[in-house]
Amino acid sequence: MDSEVKAANLAARIRKERPSAGGPHFLLDVSLDISPGITILFGPSGAGKSTLLDCIAGLLSPDAGRITAGDHVLFDAGRGVNLPPPQRRIAYVFQSLALFPHMTVEQNVAYGLANLQKPQRVTRVREALEAFRIENLRRRKPAEISGGEKQRVALARSLVTLPRVLLLDEPLTGLDVELKSAIIADLRAWNAQHAIPILYVTHSREEIDALGEHVIAMHQGHILGEGIPREVLDAPKRGVLAQAAGFENLLDATVLDLRETDGVMRVRLADSACEIEVPLGHAAPADRVRVAIRAGDILLATERPNALSARNVLAGKIASLERRGTIVVARVDCGVEFVVHVTPGAERGLQLTTNKPVWLVVKTHSCHIVAD
Amino acid sequence: MESLLLSIRLALCVSAILFVLGMPLAYWLAQSPWRGKFLVESIVALPLVLPPTVLGFYILVAMGPRGPLGKLWQALFGHGLAFTFSGLVLASVLYSFPFAVQPLVASFESIDRKLLDASAVLGAGSLRTFYRVILPLSLPGIITALVLSFAHTIGEFGVVLMVGGNLPGITRTASIEIYDRVQSLEYVGANRLAAALLLISFTVLSSVYGMNRRLGRRIWSPWTAK
Repeated sequence: MDSEVKAANLAARIRKERPSAGGPHFLLDVSLDISPGITILFGPSGAGKSTLLDCIAGLLSPDAGRITAGDHVLFDAGRGVNLPPPQRRIAYVFQSLALFPHMTVEQNVAYGLANLQKPQRVTRVREALEAFRIENLRRRKPAEISGGEKQRVALARSLVTLPRVLLLDEPLTGLDVELKSAIIADLRAWNAQHAIPILYVTHSREEIDALGEHVIAMHQGHILGEGIPREVLDAPKRGVLAQAAGFENLLDATVLDLRETDGVMRVRLADSACEIEVPLGHAAPADRVRVAIRAGDILLATERPNALSARNVLAGKIASLERRGTIVVARVDCGVEFVVHVTPGAERGLQLTTNKPVWLVVKTHSCHIVAD
Repeated sequence: MESLLLSIRLALCVSAILFVLGMPLAYWLAQSPWRGKFLVESIVALPLVLPPTVLGFYILVAMGPRGPLGKLWQALFGHGLAFTFSGLVLASVLYSFPFAVQPLVASFESIDRKLLDASAVLGAGSLRTFYRVILPLSLPGIITALVLSFAHTIGEFGVVLMVGGNLPGITRTASIEIYDRVQSLEYVGANRLAAALLLISFTVLSSVYGMNRRLGRRIWSPWTAK
């Protein structure tokens, strides 16, 4: 059983240098081993995610390394193996989807099955259209269907070929959550039968939570961390990752003292008199550290709160308020500027206005120490 | 009318040859990352700016009994090239080259590269990608190229005069005959031919512009070229 699963893994060691405009060369240097199921590839733009996918699909040739899908060697710099994309059987759904505009949905889906006899091809196409619930769109052109439908067509077109690996480059951007979850559920149902490795690129936290599986975090061509989303993204070890993972507050601080019995340490935020208590990290007094706090993890009060379990209460005043969709982004000046998210209801209820004095409440464990 | 039929025959031959030669060259121009590509692009565009007499002069010299083309033709077919219909076709092909190649390049370049990548990862080789994706998506450009090379050849004068001369039924095209008739003050005959040419050109161009409008794409023309 174990060996069977192992046989279908996507394993890649890739080194690829690319010229980048006006700067030093971009170096992609990664090593990964991906089991059947969905693996999320997460990182800020420019991290090298698309370059990595292009190398796996064969659209780019690595400078060095080895890529295998199960027993099939797709690329091996040492042995001079470099299969062209048509021979790799790696499905790749681009962010733009790249549906053929002059073909119907059915023709798009059948495109990768040129080598099959007609009856077989018809059956396979019908199964794929059914699996992604697009039978009724069979005769439509891509310009005549909705965004979510296009994404279903792109998935069906890729998977109908029974690929060894599926690469998805932010395929569901621009869809609402419900539509996303429905498509992901159909993708999961398909993969329950076929069990191939799926590498899913996204930088949407929402999508990661919906997918909830193994995450690989990338930054500047390197893998920073790997594991379940909560470990990799909720307690980021590095500032760059924290920023990408949606920690709106990333603050420089100096360690004041360690209270090892309490499991905490006190730090002073840079250029201010603000002192806060954060979880104990590998640091000594006078060390410089960075503290990451999510804007949604900070409470905002208009009177000084008493009798709280939270150890960090900071006085400040509102510098600005900005409505962004269903959240209100408040910038609060406590000597250091904090970004705090509140609901529009809270904004009305507390009668928040610019320059109003407020207090911020932050739980110790909402503060994360990160490295650069 | 003989001259008009000759013009049409010439234009059809030239369009067909330009289609066969222009497609691979245009595809190469659209795809190649080669840095020296601009030189080839310049050569292709030369007939747009050169006076037909200059082009005609060099073609005539090359086709003459001591020119490389003339010698080659003599060796292959046993007769010279200058002042023959074949010579006229050859000269017109060169003269109308940009009118075929540039719309093709423009339409090949406008195809989203991701579609070609998608075709490749779906298992299609470059030939299948060409027939199933590139060709159908370039159809307006291909039709534009064919029609413009036809219309441009119908209307040419200077190059024909230089390399073809004025042999009835062989090299005397409609435009030459019009010139001839005006020279000998036969305005009625000149007018009839001129009107026929005007009508043909307008019909051809309006059908291309109309088609491009229906397909919602901007037409390529030498006046909108970069």
